Amino acid sequence: MHIVDGALSGEVVIVGSALAAAGTAYGLKSLDMDKIPQAGVLSAVFFVASLVHVPIGFSSVHLIMNGLAGLVLGWAAFPTLLVALLLQAVFFGFGGLTVLGINALNIALPAVIIGILCRRGVRSQNAKIAAIWGGVAGSLAIAFTTLFVALSLALSGEEFIAAAKLVFVAHIPVMVIEGLLCASAVYLMNKVKPELFGALTVTAVQKVDA
Amino acid sequence: MSSVVKAVGVAGVFKDIDPRVRIITASLLAIVVVSLSSFLALGSALAGAFVVFTITFAQGGMGAALKKVLAMDAFIFLVLIILPFSTPGTPLFSIGEWVASEEGLFKAIAIAMKANIAVMLLLSQVGTIEPVTMGHALHRLKVPAKLIHLLLFTLRYLNVLHEEYSRMRTAMKIRGFRPGTNLHTYKSFGYLLGMMLVRSLERSERIYGAMKCRGFRGQFFLFDEEKIDLNDMVYGSAALFALGAIIALEVGYVSYV
Repeated sequence: MHIVDGALSGEVVIVGSALAAAGTAYGLKSLDMDKIPQAGVLSAVFFVASLVHVPIGFSSVHLIMNGLAGLVLGWAAFPTLLVALLLQAVFFGFGGLTVLGINALNIALPAVIIGILCRRGVRSQNAKIAAIWGGVAGSLAIAFTTLFVALSLALSGEEFIAAAKLVFVAHIPVMVIEGLLCASAVYLMNKVKPELFGALTVTAVQKVDA
Repeated sequence: MSSVVKAVGVAGVFKDIDPRVRIITASLLAIVVVSLSSFLALGSALAGAFVVFTITFAQGGMGAALKKVLAMDAFIFLVLIILPFSTPGTPLFSIGEWVASEEGLFKAIAIAMKANIAVMLLLSQVGTIEPVTMGHALHRLKVPAKLIHLLLFTLRYLNVLHEEYSRMRTAMKIRGFRPGTNLHTYKSFGYLLGMMLVRSLERSERIYGAMKCRGFRGQFFLFDEEKIDLNDMVYGSAALFALGAIIALEVGYVSYV
């Protein structure tokens, strides 16, 4: 769900970049240097996830999983997803340089919102309730992202509203799939390693050197 | 071991130009290009970008790079094709009750040109830098150290985790898993992802322990020795000249809307 260079109006790009910079700065501030190895490895997992294609009908979609990223990373989702988008723009030609900020904002802000809304739920003692929260998180994150992408287009000019609607409708199946995937990922994580949720907040992880 | 993220190709004649200079000039050009509105300026920039792209990949890598550009074009095609019909203005032609406007068509063409110029410059000038070298260059350009560390860690573990992913997929395949459009598939992929996160958190604890044991105090040593030489200055001046020329064409020409 990348936007390419040149499609958006200057105002949207500038405001989006400023907000993304603020989010990234806050995310980095909340991240100790000690946590960088963890953040880096988790960041790599989400990058690999974005390369995974799951079948849908005769086609396939690649995963975004920003809901799960928000549940695990919290505010660190901002710098993490920014890094992933930078690498994709420079080495894959997906997205662009001037829209890096707005693309990061559109994917990371939903992640952070979902992290705040659903983290309690996915930590539930009951793994099934956690899975339901996980499903909500996965779908809602994509819904927000799609909405933000549509909004970035619509704010750039009325002529984009038709395209914005198309983007939203086209992603409804993705919302369903990401919801199902996120639900089962959360179910497993809840049973095996519940401290993954909010792993980068100081108390959640036992320190190796403690 | 094949890398997930690697340089698009060798930068041909530009390979010895300092990465910092390439990053800065490509960024400046991209910012100017997306703000253009004159077709004369856009056309010249597109021609220029294409020449730079061709020179860069002349000694190899052209195929792979071109494929990436075309993939982007295919990606934006669907959205751009709607634009003429959703933009009000002088009617140009109609399909059934859908009327395409001249303004909309021009807008779509302009966006396609900007996106192509930007991606060609980015892939050829920045995409040809080794990913780790790019991290070090960004560090020298005063990008926050934590972000650079995050970038370098991500790069380091991308391949490791991609291999782990492949191993797990092989294990699933051996047990008869065939992906399809069904709940079982989505559930299995979810478990796969969850398991990868579980394993990687444990892996990161081992990594951190090992680094701590070797005296890691939250800082890598980043290379900081390269100097800007004459070639870099020539390259930078040429880029700035191109930038000036594009702006001159833009302001000296009536805009398209």
